[in-house]
Amino acid sequence: MSPDAAQQDTSQQASREFAPWNDPEERPLIRFLSVTKKFGEFTAIDDLTLDIYRREFFALLGPSGCGKTTLMRMLAGFEAPTGGTILLDGQDIVPVPPNRRPVNMMFQSYALFPHLSVRDNIAFGLKRSRMSREAIEERVAEMLRLTRLERFATRKPHQISGGQRQRVALARSLAKAPKLLLLDEPLGALDKKLRQETQFELMDIQERTGTTFVIVTHDQEEAMTVASRVAVMDEGRIVQVATPAEIYESPNSVYVADFIGDVNLIEGTARPKGENRVEIDWAEGQPPLIAASQERLAPGTRVHFAIRPEKVAISSERPAQAANAFRGRVHDIAYLGNISTYHVMLENGHLIMAQTANSRRISRRGFSWEDTVWLSWTDSAGVVLTR
Amino acid sequence: MSIRRIAIVAIPYLWLLALFLVPFAIVVKISLSDAALAIPPYVPTLDLSAGLEGVKEFFAGLDFENFVFLTEDELYWRAYLSSLKIALLSTALTLLVGYPIAYGMSRAPSEWRPTLMMLVILPFWTSFLIRVYAWIGILSNEGFLNQLLLWSGLITEPLTLLNTNFAVYVGIVYTYLPFMILPIYATLEKLDESLLEAAEDLGCSRLSSFWTVTLPLSRPGVIAGCFLVFIPAIGEFVIPSLLGGSETLMIGKVLWEEFFSNRDWPVASAVAVILLLVLVIPIILFQRNEQKQQEADQ
Repeated sequence: MSPDAAQQDTSQQASREFAPWNDPEERPLIRFLSVTKKFGEFTAIDDLTLDIYRREFFALLGPSGCGKTTLMRMLAGFEAPTGGTILLDGQDIVPVPPNRRPVNMMFQSYALFPHLSVRDNIAFGLKRSRMSREAIEERVAEMLRLTRLERFATRKPHQISGGQRQRVALARSLAKAPKLLLLDEPLGALDKKLRQETQFELMDIQERTGTTFVIVTHDQEEAMTVASRVAVMDEGRIVQVATPAEIYESPNSVYVADFIGDVNLIEGTARPKGENRVEIDWAEGQPPLIAASQERLAPGTRVHFAIRPEKVAISSERPAQAANAFRGRVHDIAYLGNISTYHVMLENGHLIMAQTANSRRISRRGFSWEDTVWLSWTDSAGVVLTR
Repeated sequence: MSIRRIAIVAIPYLWLLALFLVPFAIVVKISLSDAALAIPPYVPTLDLSAGLEGVKEFFAGLDFENFVFLTEDELYWRAYLSSLKIALLSTALTLLVGYPIAYGMSRAPSEWRPTLMMLVILPFWTSFLIRVYAWIGILSNEGFLNQLLLWSGLITEPLTLLNTNFAVYVGIVYTYLPFMILPIYATLEKLDESLLEAAEDLGCSRLSSFWTVTLPLSRPGVIAGCFLVFIPAIGEFVIPSLLGGSETLMIGKVLWEEFFSNRDWPVASAVAVILLLVLVIPIILFQRNEQKQQEADQ
């Protein structure tokens, strides 16, 4: 998680000003208004309301079958909602057929036309519009340049590599300068290294063209890397919509916390303690957890305390100033190169993950299996979740 | 190469030699001979007992007389041309009828497809000859079709359908339809649904996505189907002789008459050799199409 989190930080800074969802003046480009989609008895999308803004790179994230692809296909026009309205730029697009929507889609399989060259694939959509031949040629050349495919213009799709095909698919869907570009698992077929490179390329192209992108993915790292906002979906509903950092640091539910990255989840009973503070009784014979909470919780509420492994400090002595400190035994160590994850078993048998960055090369690793260690964190390091 | 590998490669070539090249060489030889009242009905025959002298005499007796004769009598080249025309037209008609059927099959719910496929193949379970005879029952003056038309009041006199070129076209289209449907269906069934969605997404209507995507991508199937119909149709003999009339001129029929009515084996063989040469061209084109498609699939 940590390298991507670092990348996220920089991109976050670059686009600090970009937050139209906080601006009440801003009109959303897309509005889903209580949209429901049923396939027979099965409800794929359940009364969903969502706004997506201009120039956003919006990610729909969720496990397979959560309805994210259905949502995207409704935007493209391949599925019609059973109920509700979808507005694009204020216009109801439900009755508009796919070929008349200012929306283009990049397909998961790329769906390149095998009988056409790279150039003709890219020109395909332009030829359907009333554009002069010169204008089409110019636009195709521009797209080839944008996706660095000039040298492959005359090749057929089966004569180029997977990464190149992916770029052809992108160029083709961008050629008509759509108001909205849909990307269905665009990087799923690429290997990991190429995928990471391509993610940055995608962000770059999105920024340069100023197109609104909606990406569907089940890969949380991908969503975190590319998106300005992420919608986490589950069973046809949106669980949380927020920036990647908010999703990661302040998940609103156990589902989101667990879906994005690694997390320690501790269940307990809340006992409010003064303003914005809560103590959580979570195990016999253990001191209560002390955490900050925005919500006013009724005493006795069952809650989950979620804390990321990298927020948990590990030390051999009990730290002097820490809101929470627990003693345990190192149960397992996962060395991942840049970081190490320690699985520490507390005295009551509860396993907690703690992560440290391996910032020094061949550092004397402080802890070994079976060592007794102290885990500690501040009161604001984790979040208290009621659902 | 080990002996085993040579044997594996050699077997198909031996078959080809025994079942195609040797008979063809015999036909070529007969086509260069002269007709005679004898058994077999041509001279010369190879007489090995006469030694080298006999072989020399044998080769001296061969000539291209029969081929020259084919060019002199206009019956033959008219028959070739007429066969070509009938084969071309009936291939086009078969395509026109077969493509929509194949398209419909490929669009049908997947659980229906095996049944539809079965229905296409089903006619093969009955003898071809019987099915052509059945068409006589349908097309004759007292046949089902005329009776239906008379009953419905569309006509007052029975139409002459049997023993016309029309009946020949009906027969060929009917007989070879499965050969057109199956290869087209095979390519259409493979067609990736998302390509059509992509075309639609990029601004195509249903109709234009058919013209720009479906049709070009089914071209290999169309070409294969056309050859599979055209090649046998051009030499067709049974259908024109059963359903065709006196004005139906097809080279298959001419060949049969030369062989069995005239007992002129040499001329019949010459007709067959020319027919084969005419067919070699489309066969080579067909092979090339298949090869190209295989390369594209890889």
